[in-house]
Amino acid sequence: MNHYSARKFCLKCLITLVVIVLLIVASFVYLSLNPLALFTKQAMSDIAVYTARFFPPDLSITFLQKVWSGILQTLAISALATLLAAVVSLFLALPAAGEFGHSAKVVTRFFLNFLRSVPELVWAVLMVLAVGLGPFAGTLALALHTTGVLGRLFGETLENHPPQATRALRLAGASNAQAFMYGALPGIYSQLLSYSLYRWEMNIRMATILGFVGAGGLGQILYYELSLLHEQQASTVIMAMLVLVIGVDMISNKLRRVQMHSLG
Amino acid sequence: MKKIAFSFKNVSFSHSNGKEALRNINISATAGESIAIIGSSGSGKTSFLNLIASSLRPSTGSITVLNVDPWAISKGQLQRLRSQIGLVHQAAPIPPRQRVITAVLAGRLGQWPLWRSLLSLIYPVDITGPQSCLQKLDLADRLFDRCDRLSGGQLQRVGVARVLYQAPHLFLADEPVSAMDPVLSDLTIQCLLEDAQSRDACFVASLHAVDIALRWFPRIIGLRDGAIFFDLPASEVSESLLQQLYESERGELPKQGSTNL
Amino acid sequence: MSRTLYVRDPDALRRFSVAVIALVILWPMIQLAQFDVFALFEVSNLKVFTNFLIQFFPPNLQASFLALVLKATIETLAMATAGIALAMLMAIPLGLIITYSLSISRIGPASGHQIARLSRYLARMLMLLLRGIPEIVWALLLVRVFGLGPIAGVLAIAITYGGMLAKVYSEILETENTLPARALLMLGSSRINAFLYGLLPGASQELASYTIYRWECAVRASVVMGFVGAGGLGQLMDQSMKMLNGSEVSTILIVFLLLVLLADYISLIIRRQLA
Repeated sequence: MNHYSARKFCLKCLITLVVIVLLIVASFVYLSLNPLALFTKQAMSDIAVYTARFFPPDLSITFLQKVWSGILQTLAISALATLLAAVVSLFLALPAAGEFGHSAKVVTRFFLNFLRSVPELVWAVLMVLAVGLGPFAGTLALALHTTGVLGRLFGETLENHPPQATRALRLAGASNAQAFMYGALPGIYSQLLSYSLYRWEMNIRMATILGFVGAGGLGQILYYELSLLHEQQASTVIMAMLVLVIGVDMISNKLRRVQMHSLG
Repeated sequence: MKKIAFSFKNVSFSHSNGKEALRNINISATAGESIAIIGSSGSGKTSFLNLIASSLRPSTGSITVLNVDPWAISKGQLQRLRSQIGLVHQAAPIPPRQRVITAVLAGRLGQWPLWRSLLSLIYPVDITGPQSCLQKLDLADRLFDRCDRLSGGQLQRVGVARVLYQAPHLFLADEPVSAMDPVLSDLTIQCLLEDAQSRDACFVASLHAVDIALRWFPRIIGLRDGAIFFDLPASEVSESLLQQLYESERGELPKQGSTNL
Repeated sequence: MSRTLYVRDPDALRRFSVAVIALVILWPMIQLAQFDVFALFEVSNLKVFTNFLIQFFPPNLQASFLALVLKATIETLAMATAGIALAMLMAIPLGLIITYSLSISRIGPASGHQIARLSRYLARMLMLLLRGIPEIVWALLLVRVFGLGPIAGVLAIAITYGGMLAKVYSEILETENTLPARALLMLGSSRINAFLYGLLPGASQELASYTIYRWECAVRASVVMGFVGAGGLGQLMDQSMKMLNGSEVSTILIVFLLLVLLADYISLIIRRQLA
């Protein structure tokens, strides 16, 4: 190994690392943030006092019922949004895969990218403006964002699928839609379903926080309780969020293991 | 005078990589005719069928299929034309997880409106139709099975059943019995011939096995190196002609069951 | 050759019952989510919304506003960078605790300390807690302690991403090739040194790559946290939305999309330089 080239190689690394460290320091300076200030006695006691207000969490029946309906609403928002997005993406998969020509493909992909790039929360704020506060705004916002994600995934799956079956049906006079349904869909349907279920899992997480901007679910309850300085109620809601997310995670892991088992 | 099923005028076709598949083909067929195309591998049989099926476009020359030029009409008209052309592929292009009945019903998609095709996915709109087609091919008991549970020969027959269900005016078959034993091959070819005759449809099949071609088809076209070597009634096809046709194959004429080189 | 002919699709019953079950679940779901399609077309809402949308073209390109946007963008970038830096500070010890004894046992015979196992378990629990609560919830809470502004955002990122980084660091280290480390052990180095000089360097590229990817996510998260008062581009957009100023929102959206592209580009360059 050439010593000179090894040193040169390391130099590039070193310079990059130095630049990164400088940028990190610059960030702290720009924000006038001294990380050590967080660990002063005053700051720590502030945090301790604030944290204490969260205990004990409110476990009264009436409030638990409220939280329970919040959980159900969160699940409903995420499920409906994913369902809507999956159906629309099924339609958009065809142009996104190039079945209607190159320009349709470019336009569709650009549109889907746009839907994807705007964060769900921003969509939620826009939808609250469009349809008012409440879970409907959250459902629409998640549906829009998820369409961007699933539309692209569906399109890619269709594009990578062997085209013989579809082409044969087209040669027998079937339209694009018919050829897709009878030729491609049977082969890609389980992959599309898998993508949709995975996305639903992530959407449950998202649906819990969209409420911060008024789009329903557990998030709206949390925001409401915090703004009234009801920390004990807030802590119950946070626990519910944790339970929901961890529970969904465990169930999906178990299902995935069962699915692997049945395939293998 | 009988209607013309298809006609080729000075047609040549080259693949996108430049290789010439067919040279200066002039040929026509009338409704009700049954024709077998024979020739060694690479002689252009598949390209010939694909040109009729409007799957490939001729590089030079003109084609008419069922009295229209498939490349001079609108998309909607092309779709309607194609619904009248039935193509049996060598490897049945059927999604493995589809059920046999849905695969057969797909033959009439070109003739059905969208809502009917959607409905049929949920519950088959016609069960007796596919059933009778499959019965002719001795496959009726597999009506509701999934296609990945079938053998190669059975799958090929499902592809044939689909075309039978389509009931087109022009049958095209690209080596339709390559995966079948002699008994099933005869059954299948007979089935297709009967169906074509009953509706006065033209039937063109490319075959690897010469004995089947000579046994069942009144008109034989021999392709060699992309050109028509002979176009004769079956009775006039002599042994020496066949030897010349298959000169590239190692001396033996391909028969049913011999491997495709 | 006649056989018993099926007249009905044997799968019909199953499909029918699936459809019924789906409908039975769907209806209450629609109720719960208050899915009222007609709210979309309610005249008063529609008017306000379409007016808002119309203002999107043209976007606000006044110099004074653009200066504000630039400042907010830099603040967002600084938030993400500082947050990731703190997250790494947290993740490295946390990840090491989790992976240390496991990795050591992979390299050579383990000492099998109960304490090590317990601390690993506790560390895993802690990570689950930190990761399980979304960063925006942390931001919302921290805003109440530290006030409006980017500090809350930085800490929120540090906490949640610290947990994420720790988990992935431990996973990377656990699946890394142990051959160089074992070779060092055989040459007589201590377990710690074998870990630091044998295991770590091989994994460093993957570790760095994931960290930079997380930085990209942090940039996006910083914008989102602005909506609960954590400063940056998000807070600016929130203010503009509250005033129904469509042209400002349009500018900020465009800048945001460009920022995401920029972050993607930067991360690509850094990863290439470190390769």
